[in-house]
Amino acid sequence: MAIMTTIGIWVAAFFTLCIFSFLYKDNPFYKFAEQVFVGLSAAYWLVYIIYSIMIPNLFAKLSSDFSGNLILLIPAALGVMMLMRIHPKTEWISRYPISIMIGTTAGISMLRYMKSDILQQVTATMINPFASGSVPVIIGNLLLIIGTICGVYFFYFSKKQEGISKWPSKVGIWFLMVSFGATFGYTVMARISLLIGRLEFLLGDWLHIIK
Amino acid sequence: MQKYLLFFFIIIFSSSLSANIFEANDSPWDDGKAIDLRWELSPMVQQVVISRYVSDDNWIPVHSSTEAIGSFTDTGLEANTEYQYRLNATFSDDSLVLLTSAMPSEQWFYMGKLGFLLILLLVCLAILYYIHAAHHGKEFFIRHIAGLDSMEESIGRATEKGKPILYVPGISDLDDIQTIASLTILSHLAERCAEYNTDIIVPCRFSMVLSAAREVVKEAYMKAGKPDAYKSDNIFYLTDDQFGFVAGIDGIMLREQPAANFFMGSFYAESLILAETGFSTGAIQTAGTAQAHQLPFFVVTCDYTLIGEELFAASAYLSRDPQQLGSLRGHDFGKALVILLIIVGVILEILGISNLKEFIAGAIT
Repeated sequence: MAIMTTIGIWVAAFFTLCIFSFLYKDNPFYKFAEQVFVGLSAAYWLVYIIYSIMIPNLFAKLSSDFSGNLILLIPAALGVMMLMRIHPKTEWISRYPISIMIGTTAGISMLRYMKSDILQQVTATMINPFASGSVPVIIGNLLLIIGTICGVYFFYFSKKQEGISKWPSKVGIWFLMVSFGATFGYTVMARISLLIGRLEFLLGDWLHIIK
Repeated sequence: MQKYLLFFFIIIFSSSLSANIFEANDSPWDDGKAIDLRWELSPMVQQVVISRYVSDDNWIPVHSSTEAIGSFTDTGLEANTEYQYRLNATFSDDSLVLLTSAMPSEQWFYMGKLGFLLILLLVCLAILYYIHAAHHGKEFFIRHIAGLDSMEESIGRATEKGKPILYVPGISDLDDIQTIASLTILSHLAERCAEYNTDIIVPCRFSMVLSAAREVVKEAYMKAGKPDAYKSDNIFYLTDDQFGFVAGIDGIMLREQPAANFFMGSFYAESLILAETGFSTGAIQTAGTAQAHQLPFFVVTCDYTLIGEELFAASAYLSRDPQQLGSLRGHDFGKALVILLIIVGVILEILGISNLKEFIAGAIT
């Protein structure tokens, strides 16, 4: 077991260095690591989908209680219709499951986004900015209201943004850019922690330079 | 006579002071999973504990309070099942036990969601109206979207260089509305590519997206009158794995050296890896996503970026199709409504009136 762990660490270290070699330029080591990764992950997901999704959710249920799971025949039929793409003459059949998928997605998403992206934001912005006596809080509340209104206005496409109407739009894009800057900094810090994790693996688990 | 009247009023008054009420009623306009409990006790009460009967003389406490008059909604119940409640009130020198019961039942309409329904109806009707108007020849203005200027430029450059265009429709499946928006943009881009005899490469992460993308591109080539130029092998599956997919696209960008890269759809942690690699190859890059956390990376690494809603407006902007323009105008009505609601809501909140906020908040609980 220990020998397998050691081999695993060496293989992981080799592939990590192969990927890092891209920092220099595209090279055969990077190509090898990339193609192994793509091929392995594709195969892994195929097996995962068969054993973790298809068998427990469809085949096992139908084989154990067919009459009680008749509803499952609908997705099964849609799946078979998708497979009709294999033959050019039956390819058109696959358009039906695609249409159902797109239509259902659009319908469900409409309600979900209406709730999370519109109504929740609207109620969260309906505040009395002067409710708190603290000046910083009042300024924060005013920025929240102005930023939200101007941000929404920036995405108003039916009016030419010129004259006085261009200002809310300009303010909106400033708010967006400031938020992007903050998000960028925050996420870069998170990525640095990923790099630290990889270096810890190489210097600790592999080379034992650090404890 | 006056004596009798006085005696009568004393009886009524004293009985109202000492009356202990404990009521349970089905919560109205809900999915039958809640019961409203209400109690009115003597002001001398020190502690109120409400318990629900479970089984075998076993009661579980669901609420406690020190208020003489109060209410509580017990949630997470099963519809059409009788529930018994017990109220234990503790006074300084006495205690009291009151029992009641109720059965929750579901209603067809949840009144709390009325605000949701009204706003949804208003926006949907506006969209239908504008689509109808567009079909009857009404022309709608749509403002300039800078991020979409890249399309002609990208196709032009790819044609000049004899290089392909890479189009990534995001990493989400078809159950993401951004992927659907991306496919509508792909349709327009593929048609332009067909007109200029420029290859378009579309790597896909999911089988459903692959099938839909192939359909879209094939139809675009047919629309351009060049069905024979369509190459189904250019639209291919890579892997379901997020970073495996990105590694594959990076390889394509390095080896095929596309003249232009388009990243349109839903992207997550891989956005910077994709866009940075594309930047290093010198391709014109256009990105569009509604993932707010990934937009900063696209803004800094791409030549053009479609921010959020612009991704959904892109299709109408490019095609100038009356139906899509009408739909976009309807969406703009929704945005104007949102701005109006916020302004009115803030003014009402300043005036101490919270009815509008509560009405809308009720819709999202």
